[in-house]
Amino acid sequence: MSAASLLETPLHAWHQAQHARLVDFAGWSMPVQYTSIVEEHQAVRNAVGLFDISHMGRLAFSGPDALSWLEAATTNQVSRLAVNQIQYSLMANGGGGVVDDILVYRLAEGYAVVCNASNRTAVVTELERIAHPGNAALVDQTLETAMIAIQGPRALETVQKVFDGDLAQLKYYHLAMGRLMGRVDTVLSRTGYTGETGFEVIVPAAEAEAVWNALLDAGKPAGIVPCGLGARDTLRFEAGMPLYGHELSETTNPYAAGLGWVVKLKKGEFVGRDALTSFKANPELSRVGLRLEGKRIARQGSLVRLEGRDAGLVTSGTFSPTLQKSLAMALVEPSAAQLGTKVSIDVRGKDEAAEVVELPFYSRTDGR
Amino acid sequence: MDPTRLRFAPSHEWVNLEGDVATIGISRFAVDQLTDLIVIELPAAGTTLKAGKSFGEVESVKAVSDLYAPVSGEVIEVNEAVTNDVQLLAQDPYEVGWLLKVKVSDPAEVQNLLDHDAYQKKVAEEAH
Repeated sequence: MSAASLLETPLHAWHQAQHARLVDFAGWSMPVQYTSIVEEHQAVRNAVGLFDISHMGRLAFSGPDALSWLEAATTNQVSRLAVNQIQYSLMANGGGGVVDDILVYRLAEGYAVVCNASNRTAVVTELERIAHPGNAALVDQTLETAMIAIQGPRALETVQKVFDGDLAQLKYYHLAMGRLMGRVDTVLSRTGYTGETGFEVIVPAAEAEAVWNALLDAGKPAGIVPCGLGARDTLRFEAGMPLYGHELSETTNPYAAGLGWVVKLKKGEFVGRDALTSFKANPELSRVGLRLEGKRIARQGSLVRLEGRDAGLVTSGTFSPTLQKSLAMALVEPSAAQLGTKVSIDVRGKDEAAEVVELPFYSRTDGR
Repeated sequence: MDPTRLRFAPSHEWVNLEGDVATIGISRFAVDQLTDLIVIELPAAGTTLKAGKSFGEVESVKAVSDLYAPVSGEVIEVNEAVTNDVQLLAQDPYEVGWLLKVKVSDPAEVQNLLDHDAYQKKVAEEAH
């Protein structure tokens, strides 16, 4: 690994000082774990965890035609957003596949998009490709800002100690502009990728370490734990959330991925609409949850078989720390998609018995 | 088992040879690198091992790793306690966490393995 060519977040020195295990993720040097993926995972389910997610792309849109530009580029209906509201959305390609899954923020003035690190270049290229006659501008703010997620049942009390607005009033998928530690301007949102109550803050890169340390201090009584991308993956997996490059790709349509609710075919013209209209009638595949009988993990690319014939592929698999089962998500033919269907999965040459189960594997019982 | 008296393969398996029977396990360093162990697959008694070839796998949340035979021979005993509960391996890879007992076909193979000091040196380099 040529570490020199990797991008580093403003928290990189902190991760190194903590002896985090750093890996190349989408061109960034990122912590995959500080101690144990399972311990970090449990901290988020039971208390609160802190994640550096500064590798995510952050794009700012301004100008009177930003709305129509985003409407043409995304599948969800941007015009439905109220000020300070956030929407999960997709950018589709002309064939009805997915360029990226994104969050669209409506700010008091303008919009912002948070996209996957691995797709930041593709997203910007695609936005610039979309013919746009009007008056709107896009600025990539990824490198000048940092993004930190605070997730878990004790996230609210932790963040409240350093934020000047009332978080109890902030609804899921809404944002608040405010200050951290009385001085750092932030966009704070009630969003996350873990299936728990949680917040994400965007702050200037130069303030990242001060904010990170203030959050660690504030969360100390709650047992806050810094968490790497390993736990972020197992947490999102249990919560049944798709990950680009796994459940989503240039050749996977949103209906197959279980994201038909994010596609608003009636909103007007947008990239991929014709192809998506066809996929709505026939998604061809279906994203399912699978529970294996044994403990071995069925990782991405493992073949799913129904009565001896190939019926699909595993997109993600892990051993669920919360449920203590080997679980997988897969894209399978409709014939193998019914709950309770018994299938087998080829795990490195050996068949493992599995059953189609409901997604998400894990959901909180007390709201978000 | 005192780790300073063991021999180690560069692929992190250890060997303790008594007569022509070798006890085989994996090192503390390997276990710490793996973290979050889920399951281990070991061969049945009677299986023939060939030095340098894979004889099983250990799986963690992060990844699956092959286990490589440090010596050749026939498996005469498998530590079923570890296959039933791989956390024993995480607790103590040199005592309760041993993996196999093997009747070695060529005891001289053990001399080709690293002694504790040489292994520690290799591990220190790898950690950087």
